[in-house]
Amino acid sequence: MGDGAAGGGLIELRDLRKSYGRGDGAVQALDGLSLSVPSGTLYGLLGPNGSGKTTTLRILCTLLAPDAGSVRVAGCDAIATPRAVRRLLGYVAQEVAIDKILTGRELLQLQGDLHHLDGRERNRRITELVELLGMGEWIDRRCGGYSGGMRRRLDLASALLHRPRVLVLDEPTVGLDIESRAAIWTVLRQLRNGGTTVLLSSHYLEEVDALADRLAIIERGRVIAEGVPAALKRALGGDRVTLRVREFSDAEEAARVQRLLQACDGVRQVVVNRSQGYSLNLVVEHDGVVEQLRRQLAEAELPVFALAQSRPSLDDVYLQATGRTLMDAELAVAGLRDPKAERKQSMR
Amino acid sequence: MTSANPSLEAQPAEPSALAEISQETLALTKRLFVQLQRRPSTLVAGVLQPLIWLVLFGALFAKAPEGLLPEGMSYGRFLGAGVIVFTAFSGALNAGLPVMFDREFGFLNRLLVAPLRSRSSIVLASVLFITVMSLVQSLAIMATAALLGYGWPGGGGLVLVLVTLLLLVFAVTALSLGLAFALPGHIELIAVIFVANLPLLFASTALAPISFMPTWLGWLAALNPLTFAIEPIRAAYAGQFSLSAVVLDAPYGQLTAASCLGVLAALAVGLFLLIRPLLDRKLT
Repeated sequence: MGDGAAGGGLIELRDLRKSYGRGDGAVQALDGLSLSVPSGTLYGLLGPNGSGKTTTLRILCTLLAPDAGSVRVAGCDAIATPRAVRRLLGYVAQEVAIDKILTGRELLQLQGDLHHLDGRERNRRITELVELLGMGEWIDRRCGGYSGGMRRRLDLASALLHRPRVLVLDEPTVGLDIESRAAIWTVLRQLRNGGTTVLLSSHYLEEVDALADRLAIIERGRVIAEGVPAALKRALGGDRVTLRVREFSDAEEAARVQRLLQACDGVRQVVVNRSQGYSLNLVVEHDGVVEQLRRQLAEAELPVFALAQSRPSLDDVYLQATGRTLMDAELAVAGLRDPKAERKQSMR
Repeated sequence: MTSANPSLEAQPAEPSALAEISQETLALTKRLFVQLQRRPSTLVAGVLQPLIWLVLFGALFAKAPEGLLPEGMSYGRFLGAGVIVFTAFSGALNAGLPVMFDREFGFLNRLLVAPLRSRSSIVLASVLFITVMSLVQSLAIMATAALLGYGWPGGGGLVLVLVTLLLLVFAVTALSLGLAFALPGHIELIAVIFVANLPLLFASTALAPISFMPTWLGWLAALNPLTFAIEPIRAAYAGQFSLSAVVLDAPYGQLTAASCLGVLAALAVGLFLLIRPLLDRKLT
């Protein structure tokens, strides 16, 4: 598609800044975030809770005005012409707000009218989406009785009703059962194959790894890495190896093995992982190095209790870019979130 | 909309604003009526409460002292106008509650990501819903009052009653919607509604005429918007319907039915102008 104006992406976010609160309590949610999402891709935003994913998506969907920066979707300025952008976007928010007393169908009809679909087109779309999302049994029941998975499907249906060019999803599978998660993944892939641009945020590595054509890693309101997952992993080079000489080593032995391994050719970054019983994490440049290692250990009369080798994962990409694993980042902010304040932020 | 984007320019011309605004407003209004149909307790309570007022208060003061009420009017008939107005007033005062819940639960955000032609549709839907509901409740009370033998305003009188109620409902709905966007949550909104409700009733001419009140309360009642709605309706019930008839003998002078309606209209317009900047800020 030829549109998208300068920058080339269907979605162009430039230098977004946003802070919540004032004075000492102010939180810088976005700190110069830029992002370019090419048309027709399934694009993942990966980052721990509190990194600015939701704020980014809320700004994109015109629910929130940035303090500075620009937002363009298919060449339309979201700040100057929000309504044009709203027509292009379908948004599945993280907190699913539904009217419990309406049936799924009634909610979708309302949504269709808010998008000014004519009655026949609206009802045809509802039939299609109910079929696509497997909601037939539930669509005429009140939403109050829906499971989390069914709610999310309803939300997805309501975001897709007007055939948006861009589908935006904020953590679409958090807390869902496996079946619903698989169903949503399938639909997202189908949409992408049909030409819809899909932008989703997630703090699940596997989700982004399994789904995304491209991804951006967000940390503290900035994009710190961006690209095709395979290329990002390849750029790290080498396989990851986790080695245990015994089930439980002590610090002294671990240090000895570390010195031994560091001396080997083709071995990089040997780290002693204290939290996992003094196992050793290292990067090897190619498969031959592992054989070499085994020989060297045998010569030094050291046993090998366990040796695991893996291709670099997105977690390694994250670790490389931020200096900590995504899990550690999650744990670090776990106690800092204030759900009440967050609800206030999203309240108009 | 101007855009250098070819795919957007290729779209047909925008449909008329009126068609789009009515489509979205009707859809939003329909939602409120479906809610009411499935959760009729607000409607039921809204009719029951004034009925209890009418029956119990009417009985309590059935032996009101001679000369309290003008021209030998029965207390039941006197009270009828007050209860009708109070019904419409309480209904409209609750107008902001559904909006507040939509804000709190995030349903409003769902509406705001949709390309609404005008976000006033959200407010308009509430006004339509509350107006219909208040009128239905008021008519139920009027019918009951008629059955109790308190009379029924005929012809032009009925029109006066409806116009008066509409003006009051618009004014109070504006106030309530303004509060729903200004206050932080439903607890605060309910507190305000609770505190405003009864004092406004007692400090009006709903239960007793100004001549019966101490001077200070008479002044309050003569400034209370409810009084400006009650007195024209009471006059319509008395059958002496004329816009130029004096209906309120206030400490500061005599007011005709027309001037009472003028005050209510000014109040409605004033309150809508007052809350508009607030709505603009919250809805854009």
